Formats: sequence, structure tokens, C-alpha cells
Amino acid sequence: MPRLLLFIPLALFSILILFLWKGLSIDPRELPSALIDKPFPAFKVEALLSPERKLTTADIVGKPVLINVWATWCPSCRQEHEQLLRIAQENKIAIIGLNYKDDRTAATKWLTQLGNPYQFNIYDESGMLGLDLGVYGAPETYLLDAQGIIRHRHVGVVTEQTWQELQAIIKSWEKL
Amino acid sequence: MLKLLMIMAVLSFNSVHAAIDTYEFKDADKQARFHELTADLRCPKCQNQNLADSNSEIAQDLRQKVYEMLDADQSDSDIVDFMVARYGEFVLYEPRFSLQNSILWLGPFALLIVGLFVVLFLVRSRSKNSKIDSAEVELDTQQQKRLKQVLNKGKK
Amino acid sequence: MIPELGEYALILALGFSVILAIVPLYGAASLKTIWMEYAKPLAKAQFFFMAISFACLAYAFGQDDFSVQYVANHSNSQLPMQFKLSAVWGGHEGSLLLWALILSGWTLAVSLFSRGLPLDMLARVLGVMGIIATGFISFLLWTSSPFLRYLPRYPRDGADLNPLLQDFGLIVHPPLLYMGYVGFSVAFAFAIAALLSGRLDAAWARWSRPWTNVAWAFLGGGITLGSWWAYYELGWGGWWFWDPVENASLMPWLVGTALMHSLAVTEKRGVFKSWTLLLAIFAFSLSLLGTFLVRSGVLTSVHAFASDPERGFFILVLLVLTIGGSLTLYAFKAPNVKSESSFGWFSREMLLLINNVFLMVMAVTVLLGTLYPLLIDALGSGKISVGPPYFNALFVPIMGLLVVSLGFSTVARWRNTSLESVKQQLMLPGIISLASGLIFPFLYGDGFNVRVFIGISLSMWIITTVFREFKGKFRSTTSITEKLKQLSPSYYGMMLAHIGVAVTAIGITLVSVYSEERDMRMAPGDTMELADYQFKFLGTKSVKGANFVADQGTIEISLDGESVVTLYPQKRRYNVKKSMMTEASIDPGLFRDLYLALGEPLADGAWAVRVHYKPYVRWLWLGGLLMALGGIVTVFDRRYRKNDTQKQGVANA
Repeated sequence: MPRLLLFIPLALFSILILFLWKGLSIDPRELPSALIDKPFPAFKVEALLSPERKLTTADIVGKPVLINVWATWCPSCRQEHEQLLRIAQENKIAIIGLNYKDDRTAATKWLTQLGNPYQFNIYDESGMLGLDLGVYGAPETYLLDAQGIIRHRHVGVVTEQTWQELQAIIKSWEKL
Repeated sequence: MLKLLMIMAVLSFNSVHAAIDTYEFKDADKQARFHELTADLRCPKCQNQNLADSNSEIAQDLRQKVYEMLDADQSDSDIVDFMVARYGEFVLYEPRFSLQNSILWLGPFALLIVGLFVVLFLVRSRSKNSKIDSAEVELDTQQQKRLKQVLNKGKK
Repeated sequence: MIPELGEYALILALGFSVILAIVPLYGAASLKTIWMEYAKPLAKAQFFFMAISFACLAYAFGQDDFSVQYVANHSNSQLPMQFKLSAVWGGHEGSLLLWALILSGWTLAVSLFSRGLPLDMLARVLGVMGIIATGFISFLLWTSSPFLRYLPRYPRDGADLNPLLQDFGLIVHPPLLYMGYVGFSVAFAFAIAALLSGRLDAAWARWSRPWTNVAWAFLGGGITLGSWWAYYELGWGGWWFWDPVENASLMPWLVGTALMHSLAVTEKRGVFKSWTLLLAIFAFSLSLLGTFLVRSGVLTSVHAFASDPERGFFILVLLVLTIGGSLTLYAFKAPNVKSESSFGWFSREMLLLINNVFLMVMAVTVLLGTLYPLLIDALGSGKISVGPPYFNALFVPIMGLLVVSLGFSTVARWRNTSLESVKQQLMLPGIISLASGLIFPFLYGDGFNVRVFIGISLSMWIITTVFREFKGKFRSTTSITEKLKQLSPSYYGMMLAHIGVAVTAIGITLVSVYSEERDMRMAPGDTMELADYQFKFLGTKSVKGANFVADQGTIEISLDGESVVTLYPQKRRYNVKKSMMTEASIDPGLFRDLYLALGEPLADGAWAVRVHYKPYVRWLWLGGLLMALGGIVTVFDRRYRKNDTQKQGVANA
């Protein structure tokens, strides 16, 4: 058996190590959205604060928007709330809320007490819109372009850094 | 960092115990399909649990959806496609057969063939030396027969 | 102060490992006897200080010292004492300390039980184990010390141990498993020592065998126990999920099985030395890889420790140094010469090769399936999952092929066997096996079932061929008792282990095919039927445990009107963590388990109740125990205890 064959295990091991090393910088629990570059799912749901108003996809197309999935039972949503208020104040992009599997009274109280960064809120009580959207845990934030196509999803708390990244993506569209 | 780990630990713990719903199906075939589908679909959020075993909210919602779709006479592939369209192939515990997954599905089989060929090659190259040995063995069996005969004679 | 003593003892142990890693190896390379003789006392000193360190941690747990971070995160004053002590290995840092303690224990054992070993060989083996210990104790001290404190302000009480771990399983499963994982380091050290010394004769194989067999037995026992624990603890009646952490323990076991068999052939016939060396390196490498996978956060699993990429990086470095180093040494120094011995088509040697091919393909399948999601993700091609459907589809058929070859191995002789004798000896077992497989599903179930046919035929194939071989031993003897005493422990061990495989196969087949389960809403007074048993739900009442409060259900079970047993499943709420846990209630039996669990409370005192009927599930674990027992029994073989070099070539079993 030629000596060279004996080096095969070492060679295979080296390749494995490269992959494992790369694996250390990947978060295995982070799931990319299956709906990137696909249109926002069709829906017809009540608005949170004005239940007589029925919202549909028509309400979210027209210009780029951020759709923020939140709920009162989600502690991280509380954390990112200030950042959302700041983004809303900069007035560069509208934030639309998707109140996910929440209690209407609790949600209304929350917005009154903590401030409302949202243009309006989709009240997804059953969570079925969230399911169609591929939501697996709040908070999540979706960036839609003017045609209502989902371009980016951020899972977790929206920080200042996240906001910079989102702005960079929006700028790259304007260049086209 | 520690806080994050502890939150993760608490969250992870909460979903690890038996998830028992009481869906009643009209026919046993759908019941069986429900079991199989929820066993082969992964909960998008949990730490490696299928829909059947997870107690998390999203798993409950998805089980509910599977139940509804089965009730509406949808096929297994419809239901699976529905889940994949929303959550990606991540939720399939049985990876789809594609070019990307070909090594996964064919690799072990290919390795088996290679291994068997190596054994073939090894035995062939070694048995060339053992022509004398096999003759020895032949004698052995003949000798054994004779030995038996002798012993049997002795027993009488 | 005791925790600081523990840390200090750990530092001393590190010191001794470093010296152990350097001095004896240098002594062996330069043939300086005194340097080599330092190996034994160094091994003893290392163990001594590791034991002290571990004892200090155990003491901190026993005394509820919540100023120690690790104790505060994993214990609580209300925790029963046996769990306080086993919580020592309930988390990453403590379990790693246990790992290192067990490593030093094996090192000590090798230093004590190696009378027949030449000094330079012993020095090298202990030296290599010292290198491994250096790596792990460094890892502990640098990134994962269990002795860190919360000072000056520390919590009044601890965060409690995860309720799922508050169980007998935690007391036994990790130590048993680690004994196996770490035990393969001995075979590894022997292989490295052989490569370093250039002495690659059959003696090396003979020295390695008992150590390998014991480690294999422990690992098998640990896996079996883990499966049983998951079954009754997790509340869903499953016993194997192909979870990455489970796979991490199965892979070294599979390679260890191949190694065990390969060592037998290398010892007896002097062939396949290079391959056996590689297997020894491979088995321990998989143990290390398992450590990496479980603690680095690279894979998702319910069993994984709360992980940290910084720790992951350290373990990766350990992997590169240990596995990379050993494979490099192997590439340069493994024997390149084909051995003189030859063998024919139908021989024990050939069947051993086949056995190894099957086991290696099984191991690679598990490895591939476990790592594939990571590989795809690292290439940027998205996230996929690989789960039970994949593993079951690929692993089980190859296992079937392995079982078929097992039967043939009972009639194969060394060097060559006449096909005529094979046919003559295996004809009857073959017929009996196929007949049993055909008849069983009709007698036991509702008629023919392909899976049962295959499973029972294969299991009976093992049983009949092993029994035939055993009976054949007595063909020409007058005294049965004399012959029984004559047969070696190696042979008995092998028989036990192979029968164990058959028992496990029966268990797996029958429980997979004939299990029944039902989830139902039951109000007090309701009855339900499953698999001919009647289950009557009598409502719940509140009970109090040591550190939890529970709703305990009462369910009466009867068969054909006769009362069988009453079971009390619980839904517990632990006081500290405030989390809910289902405690299933099981009526165990040799031929079936009845398994009950409570789900959520519904309106009007009704509950969601899950009932499982699990036939022959205990056979799974009984088979595993038989295999482990078989491994242990082989070690008592006389030839491992005497120094005779003349007994080397005698074929015993």
C-alpha cells in the first residue's frame, strides 16, 4: 500500500476542521426567512386600535415599510421598543406593527404607556398571518420594498446596528 | 452573556416535555398520517424537536394547522409543501433528494460499494498465496471424516 | 476556601500532567530508565490531585455554597442530597471536571495493571494520556473553571437543577458514558505508543484488547442507560431520536465495535495492523469530536450544554493537536509492509473485514447525517435538517447486513473454510430463522408483516447460529462441566454480546411495529381501551414532593375485567424554576410496558391523557446490557493476566 494512501485520513480530517471552524461562527438556531424575494402573504385582518378597520395587503404596499412582529408577552420586544421609537422619529421609513397572538387590551395599554412607533397595527390574534409569514418567535422585523416584496428579515431585538444595516439595504435600492 | 445563556436555558427547558393534544380524527388512516407528519416535521424554533413532541406555541399552532389540513382532505405532500413554503427546508427531518443532498443520500451506499470492493481486492490478492492452504483445508475435512469413522468404530 | 483548594488542586494536577506528558516520553525516546520510571508515580499524583479537586466541588454542592457560580446555577437548598451531588456533573464545567477525573482514573488503572508491559511501552502510553490530560485540564482552568465565585454579593439560594435532570438517570448515565468515552483514550494511547516505538507486533494488540473491551462495554452501557432514561423521563415514550448528542455517543461505539473485532484478528493472525491502528485513533477521535459538538454550540440539541463559541474554539484547537497530530504520526510511521499471512475467500479474516466495512459505513452514515446541516450551512447553501427518517432509512438496512454476516462468522475458520461445511452447518439455522420470521407475525400480530419477518428472522439467525456453535463445542467431550470450565471468558463474552445483539434487534423490531398510542380527553370516570387493556381515569389530586407540587392522576388498568395495576402519572410544578414537567407513570413488563402521561388540564377536571402500549421495549435495553456484560466478561480471560508470550498465537475462540 503506497505511503500516500496513509495520508488520506489526515487530509479528510483537515477538511472537516475547516468546516467545524466555520461552523463556530454560525448560529444554528437562526433561520433565514423562506419568503425572501417573495410577496408578503395575502391577509385580511383587523387593525389593533380600530377594530372596525380591516387591513389588507393594499395597506402595506406603495412605499418601503418595516413590519415589526411584537407582543406584550415578549420581553425582547420591550427591549427594542425605544429603538423603534427612535426610528419612527427619524421618519425615514414607516413602521407597521404585527401584534402577534396577543391580547388587545394589554397591547393597547402597552402602546399608550410606552409610546406608539407604529403607523398602524395588524392584530393577528390567531397567529395565522404569522404562520403564513414564517414567524417562529417574536420579535421579528421584515423589510418590504415598495411593491410589497419581502427583502430582508431580522430576528431578534432591533438595535442601532440593525437600523444601520436596514438603511444600507434601502440605500442600495435607491441606487438601482 | 450569562443572562443570555440563562434565558436560553430557561426557554429551552420549557418546551421539553410531552405535548399532548386531543385531536380526534374520524378515520384511523388520518390519525396515522397525523402521527407521521408531526413526527417528520421539525419545530422551527425548538432545540431539535419534532412537532409531535414540542410544547412551544409555534409547534402547537403548526400541529393545529396539520390537523385542519388533514381534515380538509389535503395530501401529505400538500401539507409538507405548505410548511416548506413558510419555513424553508429546515423543517423537513427527511431532507429532499436534490443535487445538494446527493452526497448525503448516496454517500453511504457508495462507501459500502467501495468498501466491499476493497475487501474483494484484498482477499483476492491474499488468496493467490493460499492455494497450498486450501489444499490443507481439503485434507482436513477428509481427515476429519476418517477420524469420525474411527471414533464411531471405537464407540461400538 | 474549599473551592479555592479545588482550583489549586486542579493546577497541581495540570502540573503533573505536563511532566507526565514530557518526561516518560523523553525517557522512552532516549532509553533513560529512570525517566521512564517516573510515569507511574506521576500518574498516581495526577489522579490524587484530580480527586481532591473533584471532592472540593462535591463538597461545595453538598454544603450549598452558593457563592460558587457553578453551584448557584445548578443547585438549590431544597434539592434532595443525591441530586445535589450528581448536579456536580449537571452542567458544562462540572461534567468536564468529571471527564478529566475519569481520564486520570484510567491513567492510574493503566499504571497499576500493566505488569506484563515493557517499561518503554508503559512510559509512552502514560505519556500520551498525560498529553491528553494536559489539554483537558488546561481547557478547564482557562475557560471552564467550576470554582469561580460570585463575590462579594452572592445569591441566597441557587437557581435549581433542571427538573428533567432531577432523576436517577443523572446519577448514573454521565459517569458510565464518560468511562466509555474516556476509556477509548487508552486504546488510542497504546496505538500512539506503538507508532512511536515502531514496535507493531501482535503483542500491542493483545495489550490493547482488555482496555478496549472494557471501555466499549461502559460506553454501550451508558448509551443503553441514556436511551432508557430518555424513555421514561421525557414523557413521549421514545427511546432514540438520532439527536446530535445521541449520535455523538453512538459513533465512537460503532467504531469501537469494529476496533474490538479488528484487534482480535491482529492479535491472532498479525494482519491488518495499520487498519487496526487507524481504528484506535479513529475511535478516540470520535469521542473528542463528540465533546466538541456537544459543548461548542455548533449543533442544536436538547441535550447540549449551554455553549460558548470561545470554548468551542479551544476544543477545536485540542482536536487539531490531538487528532491532527496522531494522524500525522500515523501517516509517517504506520507499517507499509504487507504481512505474510494469507487467507482465502471464506475465512474469519474475510468476515472480519466485512464486519469492519459494515460498521464503518454505519458510523460514517451517522457522522454524515449529523454534520450535513453544518456543512451545507457553512457553504452558505441554507439551512436543512437531517433527522430520524434519514438515519432509519440508511442505518437499519446496513445493520441487517451486519447481522447476516454475524451468523456466517460462527462457522468461518481462520484462513479458509470449505463452502460445503458452511452450507451443511448453516442450513438448519437458516431454515429455522426464516420459519420463525414467517410464523411470528401470525401468532403475535394480525398476520404477515415484512418488518417483523426480517427482524425476527435476523434475530433468530444470530441465536440459532450462536447456539449451534456452542453445541458444537461439546460434540466430542464426555464431561459437560469440564468443557464448560474449559471454554474461555473470551468465548463466553462473545456469545453474550452476540446474543445481546439479537435481543436488542427483537426489541427494536417489535416495539417499532406493534406499539400503540392514544391521546384522549378523559374526565374523572371515563374509560379508554387500547391493545386489549382498559384504562379508567379516576381524577387527580394534589401532592407535594421534596421541591415540587404536583397534580397526580390515578388510572386503573385492567385486562379482560381483571385488575392489572394502578398508575399515578404526575404533572409537576417545581418550586424554584416554576416550570412544569410531566412525570410519566409506567408499568414495566418483560413483554410489554404500559406508559401513561398527563398533558394539559382541560375544563371540568378533565385532562388530556396519553396512553402508550409498548411491547418488548425492555428487550432493547436488556440486549444492550448483555452486550456490555459480554464485553466485561472477556477481560477475565487468563491470557490477559499472565505474562506468557508463548500463548500469543493460540486461537482460543
